[in-house]
Amino acid sequence: MSLLNKLIYFSKEASVSPDKHIVTTDTPRDWERFYRNRWQFDKVVRSTHGVNCTGSCSWKIFVKNGLVTWELQSTDYPETRPDLPNHEPRGCPRGASYSWYLYSANRVKYPMIRGALAKAYRKAKEQHKDPVVAWESIMDDPVKRNEYVSQRGLGGLIRLDWEEAQEIIAAANIYTIKKYGPDRLAGFTPIPAMSMVSYASGTRYLSLLGGTILSFYDFYCDLPPSSPQTWGEQTDVPESADWYNSSFLMLWGSNVPVTRTPDAPFYTQVRYKGTKTINISPDFNEAAKFADLWIKPKQGTDAAVGMAMGHVILKEFYLDKKTPYFENYVKQYSDLPFLVKVEEKNGRFVAGRVVRASDLDAKYATEENADWKPLLYDEKSKELVIPNGTIGSRWDKSKKWNLEMVNVSTGKEISPQLSFANDFDEVKEVAFPYFGGDDYKHEYFNATKHEEIINRKIPVRKSPDGKFLYCTIFDLTIANYGLSLGLPGEAPSPEYTEDALYTPAWQEKITGVPASQIISTARQFAENAEKTEGKSMIIIGCGVNQWFHTDMIYRSAINMLVFCGCVGQSGGGWSHYVGQEKLRPQTGWLPLAFALDWHRPPRHMNATSYFYMHTSQWRYEKVGLSELISPLADKEKWSKMSMIDCNVKSERMGWLPSSPQLNDNPIKLGHQAAEQGKDVKNFITEKLKNNELSIASEDPDDPKNFPRNMFIWRSNLLASSAKGMEYFMKHLLGAQNSVMGDDLKTNGQQLPQEVKWHDKAPEGKLDLLVTLDFRMSTSALHSDIVLPAATWYEKNDLSTTDLHPFIHPFSNAVDPVWESRTDWNIFKGLAKKVSELSPGHLGKERDVVLLPMQHDSPMEISETAYAKDWKEEKDLELKPGKNMSDIIEVIRDYPDTYQRFTSLGPLMEELGNGGKGINWDTKEEVELLKKLNLSSIIGHKTNGRALIETDIHAAEMILTLAPETNGKVAVKAWEALEKITGRKLRHLASKREDEQIRFKDLLHQPRKIITSPIWSGVESHEVSYNAGYTNVHELIPWRTLTGRQSLYQDHPWMIDFGENLVCYKPPIDTKSLKGMIQKLDGKEKYMILNMMTPHNKWTIHSTWSDNLLMLTLGRGGPVAWLSEDDAKKMDLIDNDWVEVYNQNGATVVRLVVSQRIPNGAMIMYHNQERTVNMPVSQITGNRGGVHNSVSRLCLKPTHMIGGYAQLSYGLNYYGTIGANRDEFVIIRKLNKVEWMDQPIEEN
Amino acid sequence: MNIRAQIAMVMNLDKCIGCHTCSVTCKNVWTSRKGVEYVWFNNVETKPGIGYPDEWENQERWKGGWKIDKDRLTPKMGNKLGIMKNLFASPTMPTIDDYYEPFTFNYSILHKGSKFKTPPTARPHSILTGKVMEKIEKTPNWEDDLGGEFKNRSKETNFKNVPKDIYGEFENSFIMYLPRICEHCLNPTCVAVCPSGAIYKREEDGIVLIDQDRCRGWRQCVSGCPYKKVYFNWETHKSEKCTFCYPRIEVGESTICSESCVGRIRYIGMILYDADKIKEVAATPDEKDLYEEHLNMFLDPNDPEVIAEAQKQGIHHNVLEAAASSPIYKMAIDWKVAFPLHPEYRTLPMVWYVPPLSPIQSAVNSGTIGMNGILPDVDDMRISHKYLANLFTAGDEKPIKEALKRMLAMRAYMRSKTVDKEINTEVLEGTGLTPEETEKMYHLMAIANYKDRFVIPTSHREEAKNVYQHQSSGGYPDGDSNDTEKFKNLFGGI
Repeated sequence: MSLLNKLIYFSKEASVSPDKHIVTTDTPRDWERFYRNRWQFDKVVRSTHGVNCTGSCSWKIFVKNGLVTWELQSTDYPETRPDLPNHEPRGCPRGASYSWYLYSANRVKYPMIRGALAKAYRKAKEQHKDPVVAWESIMDDPVKRNEYVSQRGLGGLIRLDWEEAQEIIAAANIYTIKKYGPDRLAGFTPIPAMSMVSYASGTRYLSLLGGTILSFYDFYCDLPPSSPQTWGEQTDVPESADWYNSSFLMLWGSNVPVTRTPDAPFYTQVRYKGTKTINISPDFNEAAKFADLWIKPKQGTDAAVGMAMGHVILKEFYLDKKTPYFENYVKQYSDLPFLVKVEEKNGRFVAGRVVRASDLDAKYATEENADWKPLLYDEKSKELVIPNGTIGSRWDKSKKWNLEMVNVSTGKEISPQLSFANDFDEVKEVAFPYFGGDDYKHEYFNATKHEEIINRKIPVRKSPDGKFLYCTIFDLTIANYGLSLGLPGEAPSPEYTEDALYTPAWQEKITGVPASQIISTARQFAENAEKTEGKSMIIIGCGVNQWFHTDMIYRSAINMLVFCGCVGQSGGGWSHYVGQEKLRPQTGWLPLAFALDWHRPPRHMNATSYFYMHTSQWRYEKVGLSELISPLADKEKWSKMSMIDCNVKSERMGWLPSSPQLNDNPIKLGHQAAEQGKDVKNFITEKLKNNELSIASEDPDDPKNFPRNMFIWRSNLLASSAKGMEYFMKHLLGAQNSVMGDDLKTNGQQLPQEVKWHDKAPEGKLDLLVTLDFRMSTSALHSDIVLPAATWYEKNDLSTTDLHPFIHPFSNAVDPVWESRTDWNIFKGLAKKVSELSPGHLGKERDVVLLPMQHDSPMEISETAYAKDWKEEKDLELKPGKNMSDIIEVIRDYPDTYQRFTSLGPLMEELGNGGKGINWDTKEEVELLKKLNLSSIIGHKTNGRALIETDIHAAEMILTLAPETNGKVAVKAWEALEKITGRKLRHLASKREDEQIRFKDLLHQPRKIITSPIWSGVESHEVSYNAGYTNVHELIPWRTLTGRQSLYQDHPWMIDFGENLVCYKPPIDTKSLKGMIQKLDGKEKYMILNMMTPHNKWTIHSTWSDNLLMLTLGRGGPVAWLSEDDAKKMDLIDNDWVEVYNQNGATVVRLVVSQRIPNGAMIMYHNQERTVNMPVSQITGNRGGVHNSVSRLCLKPTHMIGGYAQLSYGLNYYGTIGANRDEFVIIRKLNKVEWMDQPIEEN
Repeated sequence: MNIRAQIAMVMNLDKCIGCHTCSVTCKNVWTSRKGVEYVWFNNVETKPGIGYPDEWENQERWKGGWKIDKDRLTPKMGNKLGIMKNLFASPTMPTIDDYYEPFTFNYSILHKGSKFKTPPTARPHSILTGKVMEKIEKTPNWEDDLGGEFKNRSKETNFKNVPKDIYGEFENSFIMYLPRICEHCLNPTCVAVCPSGAIYKREEDGIVLIDQDRCRGWRQCVSGCPYKKVYFNWETHKSEKCTFCYPRIEVGESTICSESCVGRIRYIGMILYDADKIKEVAATPDEKDLYEEHLNMFLDPNDPEVIAEAQKQGIHHNVLEAAASSPIYKMAIDWKVAFPLHPEYRTLPMVWYVPPLSPIQSAVNSGTIGMNGILPDVDDMRISHKYLANLFTAGDEKPIKEALKRMLAMRAYMRSKTVDKEINTEVLEGTGLTPEETEKMYHLMAIANYKDRFVIPTSHREEAKNVYQHQSSGGYPDGDSNDTEKFKNLFGGI
């Protein structure tokens, strides 16, 4: 060894390699404990992340020296099958960085209150000992109230203790119930599946009080209304493992690697099995990296892609040749063989209502529910027959609600005739609407040169009595797709290269996608499905779901799947993943969440309509119904109405719920009825009919109809979910806002008919806004009281998702740190306070609850099929539950709120449990729960009722009552369904009858749930979970009008909006730019761009957008993506600050300039909090907003339909959606970057 | 023959979803403390891109790795004397600006009782200076998902001899993620250039470590490492780097980055090699031959002679068993679908990569019928083969093309089996794969079970310590240190 080496290496040299290149030494290596010590830890627990991401991954949380130090994924999921990859290690970078929150500077550590409110309350308490009176004194004084309301969001939060926080909230709630009614309390918390107990804590509290529970899935625009329309199911989809059974995977507007990160391997790995992968996305997204073909339509035009692919499939696999698998499938499992009336209207023949038994008076005079039993033509008996399985059979107790191919009257086998092409009485020219032409043209989207009314030849037959003409839905469908049935005198189907509806060449004009890509993809999709009996799958997502006309995009895709027999087949079908909607043990959870063990029904409200009203967005509506309706509809009738009018009518007819429900305090009304000795139903109907009472929505700006107290938990409503955020700020909160557009009156627009107009809109409707969170989100910052919530590593709860079949827990690695508490304990504490403060204000009260006509209940076959509104039709008798909401008296006991919160009420034993139209006895489970949850403690006030004191008690209640986690219940549930279907179904759960999954089991390993009739797939070792599986393989009908997959929507509103059949509709013009360009100085460069807001790689919605690790891997704050070409046009470069705005508001971001973004669109991934790195907007002078600052709600009347089979209301099931993709913005350089971060007043 | 065992990793880039979970879990455990805020032992880069730190692949600039100087293998940054001369002012030392200035935010502003004119926002502050940062200009992942103008991102070296302009077009975009950790090289430059002798390669598993007691903070390793995977801790003034999670490896667990890899792209296993060949192979004259020569150093773990000789040289039975079922051996040697990263650096890296298949057909070729009439052909690929070859084979396209062909043949074979229900062996022709090997390859790459991805023998700690005593005293302040580790260390590049 050289001298130099001896000087620098103070080690003993053991040996040198022959080539002198390597020296081996035995220098001590004890220092290695340096890193070994870091890896050592004290405890590992199992938990997960309660965030709406669909991942539901199980994690190991490591505790070292008493602190949560890091997390790492669990890899111990129960195994799949030898031929499938396993689930480990599910996870993503967001989940992996969650532990940052626990001890970060953004942790909410103590209860906080707006300083001005604390001051006012403490002062009031000096005068009034009673907290409710103290609160009242502030409410009665507009100056005092305004003092804190006007400060919302502007800092100024101070600490207070738990006792005082609970007192103020309880006092406000009691005051509000007393003065305005319990339905003036509202709670917003989304996605129970992501943490069921935490969700239930607040909704149980509110439901005991009579408060309003707001929906979320529809509001988020995660709900695809096409799913309830087609299947009568909110959303049911294959687990991600089933992607691996597919041999043709099409990802459509779904960016799996980013948004389904833990599931992505099933997509990437199945390629090695030879599965073809297609990605349809306007941008070169992360999923495109894995695709064999990237199809890039202009954003928002996807329905044209779907229509053209449907055109190719129908032509090549139904017309040019017969495909037996496809034909047999659609005959049994779709409504294609059902019949539709062809009626004359304004001198044209048009497709109308589905033919029902009631249309054949003579034949079916005595048939029960004859109006709800659609007919088809039986090739065997050559007559019109009612098949088994229609919705009429569902509710007539005949046990014929199944998909056996038999005649419901005779029990004889039938063979539905699909087409009358060779077997018609006449051929009629039938008119179809076309929305892709110049009449509906949108400035930024291409139109084609076709008329708005298209005539096509349809083979029709005459009814036996000669009173009407009818055709099959199949024949209508063929014509609707622009194809020819080869009828006499009919031109042949167009060539693919012809510019005719809906050819591949036609779509190229609209979407820019080469026709050749459409032809080859559609052909391969169908060929694969034919070869594999349905293993072609479409994974579809928010990229295409969140457009105003999502229904058309989705239905064009769903149709392809139905045509090719893919739905209900493992490896095939519709895989919609937007939101973690699958609350697997749903029926065990419902009683806990909505206190169904104490009171029924709860008050549910669809949030989209609620916020459209209460944030006054309807006052700024610029889209008229005449722009939306079909050219075949009565334009005059519709053009008089506005969206809010439709919504009010819908509420009146009992289609949608309303909140507040009536324009008076329901407790007051309940007492009045009792005082007058009247039945509540009659009392209310009389008052309504006499105009002494109305639904509150007819005057949302009247102070007595304001929402007054609102709770937000497990959510960041204001920044993340609030479509039209600035309207929330202005009207609901009375906070600083950036609304720049004018209202209807100022604009000189037509005012609504059904809603009272006030020239001055209310601002600051809420008296009290309370947010529970572990971090200081935008919602927390704007709240009057912020309660410190436990993180996901500090509480016990349950999690499930669509994407995997497991249920697994949250558990506390450490108890809630600082003064934080679990959601369960927070609401339990409030319940206690309400019990304490109620006496003297509230005792036992009679509440009047309105219940809209519910899906999966006999109410869904209502008397509103022809959309007759009792307020308009003077001679229409008002029938609660038939042509308006049902009216139900609920007795509440406010001083008993705490006892009720913490124990299982008597209704479970009295009324049983159930869901989705079935009901079973559950006494046995209640007894078991009493044993599990220690109710036998002598002298306990629950009188022997099962305790629900802790979050673990609540979890045990869910697990015990639900069929998915209790085998005995599963068997009972299947037996209940056997009674309606008349089919043997018990076998689907009997193998696991003895299994009971408990919370402690879950702490050891995630458990696979048990097959239950609440869902349409099965859990077994033979097949992966796939939606529609039991419909196809066990012949259980879909919960629709025909009992089949409904490709035809015959409701009169659907027909008027031209959506009885699928078609292409361009995006709508929201007109949000009007007057905005004029605000520029004329010299600066700007662009008008379509703003898209898909899911972010570094956040899950807004959570993690303030997380330092994610901010470091992202770009350290809000950004938006722009193409290189568009950036160049504005002389912008990467990382430049820009301002983005329209009439709705403004936001500021830094640019990410990238080649992977198409020209003409800006992508601002949602959701980036403005609490981090957000400068002041130059145009408003206020802090820049978030992506929701430039959006505004715009409702679609077809989503307001109710009381009509599958189109009936259910919380998060059917209702208006918060579409947000159609919005355009102005983008320009932000020349001056201002922060305004110096306080104006210290506190 | 001098047989050594090396723990090695393969990352299948074809499955990488670019999620960065590996980076986050690694950072939480190893580099979330003061002094290493800017350090990512594991990072994921989007290609095309210049990476982290800036242009790390540009050895004209950074002089990392080795060169052949008058037929002698010499660190590119110079011989030891040259290094000593530059100790205090190294021209090839990246500065913090070449990484990024680590930041945090003044979140406390949101929690204060102070009132503001407009809702408050937390602004970025430098972790190094504590001062507010007007604008964040850089992060360790600035180019994520093709962020930034192509003209800047394409300044990287792998476009050498590639007509690159078309890859900047929307239509022809391609993304490739490149997760990177320390390569735990067989011929590490960092070890060779360390003036303090603080860096060593563990004899029992080949993990390269920086002795934190002995490091004097000269930072020559930072320059010497061509992958820029040694970092300077500005708090302790010592260098640190990825440790291959040896505290986990020793007990038979995978590294944290592998354990948390959502894309299931990482494989860990043992490789046996002949250490006598290191210098000769690293000095291979033509850099295009380096990949093949590197392969030639590996020993067949199923060869009885190798096994006998290894046993004789003291390699443990469990290590040999692990080597025999090593997923690394299968992918790198049996199927030749995995490649070293930049073999031309001559460090003989031991973290290898399966190139991305991503055969997205370009617009021009759409609708063409490839294999089975449905799957695309290797020539339909978006990513230039040359680009991949510049990354993995010093520019030699042939092995890359062949690897991609084998993977596509696997797809076609499996489709015939699962969809057509009739096995088509024709698709394997010319790939060298038998149906049996194809199915094994499918099983390892697609089903990729945990136990097959990670085949890791536990270490023989009983030989390192007085274990009887240590069993009882380990963890106590003195319990760890009163008995020295008896394992051997390898120093290199004298």
